[in-house]
Amino acid sequence: MTEDEIKTIIFQLLKRIAPETEPSELKPDEKFREILGIDSFDALQFIVALNEKLGIEIPEEDYGKITTIKTLVAYILDKKK
Amino acid sequence: MIEFLMPSLGADMEDGTLIEWRKKPGDSVKRGDIIAEVDTQKGLIEIEVFEEGTLAELLIKEGTKVPVGTVMALINPAAIALETKKEEPIPLQPIEEKKITEITEKISEEIHLKASPLARRIASENSIDLSLIKGTGEEGAITKEDVELAMSQQSEPQKSTGIEIPVPEKINTPVETIRAAVAAAMSKSNREIPHYYLEKKIDMTLATAWLLEANKKRAVKDRILPAVLLIKAVAKSLQDFPDLNAIWENGLQQKKDINIGFVVSLRNGGIIVPALHQANVKTIDEIMTALNDIIPRARALKLRSSELSDSTITITNIGQDGVDTVYGVIYPPQVAIIGFGSVSEEAFAAHGMLGIRSVLNVTLAGDHRATDGLTGSRFLVALDKNLQNPESL
Repeated sequence: MTEDEIKTIIFQLLKRIAPETEPSELKPDEKFREILGIDSFDALQFIVALNEKLGIEIPEEDYGKITTIKTLVAYILDKKK
Repeated sequence: MIEFLMPSLGADMEDGTLIEWRKKPGDSVKRGDIIAEVDTQKGLIEIEVFEEGTLAELLIKEGTKVPVGTVMALINPAAIALETKKEEPIPLQPIEEKKITEITEKISEEIHLKASPLARRIASENSIDLSLIKGTGEEGAITKEDVELAMSQQSEPQKSTGIEIPVPEKINTPVETIRAAVAAAMSKSNREIPHYYLEKKIDMTLATAWLLEANKKRAVKDRILPAVLLIKAVAKSLQDFPDLNAIWENGLQQKKDINIGFVVSLRNGGIIVPALHQANVKTIDEIMTALNDIIPRARALKLRSSELSDSTITITNIGQDGVDTVYGVIYPPQVAIIGFGSVSEEAFAAHGMLGIRSVLNVTLAGDHRATDGLTGSRFLVALDKNLQNPESL
């Protein structure tokens, strides 16, 4: 799975959770929860959706490592290895 | 014959527009059935029926604006209900006869509007008046396309004619109607409720660690949010403080069920407060399931009438990475609101020791007509105690 494919999936899932927002306009280093107004409830839905779509389990203690699109993509690539 | 009334879905609600009847005369109804869909300031609400019987007559036409307390339908009570008789008195204003006559006249004046359910829904969501649209469907029925055409015409800028066009008073978008609903309820609260405020720092280190461990053993989709612990702890603590789980209407009225109103922020602004019914008897998993169901529906403004009207107390929770403390404004006619700030790490002294702990500032705003600070203080202490024993929640 390429970086771009992962990004596309991330944007789709974020859009589903926060339909009023434009996740694809996020800059790689922006904290997406802040920008899109995603609260703890939405964040958990997003983690569940990533789990279902990509089959990766993100433990709670790693939440702090995946705050931007850049770090999230890198995290997923690493998990997918 | 039982009269089915337009319910009040909050202190701020004066009326609602009947969008669709979900039952027809002759249908049997039971407690909890959805009888109608009504457009309110808080979105399209599914109205539940609290009686058992057979629907005898529908008195209001779809598309009609109906004041709270208006008789909308008549229900033939079920045989059992007849024998045991008494329905509980409905806590709504008595309807004056004059009011009903006015409404009946209004209905008979109204042009019989034929429109597809989809057209009605789109019109309602965009505050389009169906009576101003000419239908192009079968027998002049208004179609989705007709509504969309009306919307596009409405959004075209007014041509300058040199004549001053009065700005319509009507509030249009869902964001504006929600804002108006919040404004009305909070103004009423500030006008009528003498608030007192209390605050307590709660050490959440144990509860946070317990939850982290518990979630490790769960599948991702079964993880529990910290808010669930807070809701359960509040509900459990309230069992010993019935004066806080109450409403103020001509005096204090304690409520048997503990229905927690949980503030949900809408992404485009505004809040909505659905009720989590009987949270004290639900397990934390059941509360999480209820949140999974109710939060998306609250955000989509698609709640049921009981979810908007049954809260007996409110929780407002700032969540992660926000301010330390929130002081709530009581949602009338309730008598208390509990505010949770963000959990943060602090130097915290306890039992003669100083350490870095996860600390949560909890506030209680109480109605001083209903309770005194001492009651509130005891409640917050009990809440602290419950949160120090997360495994027993």
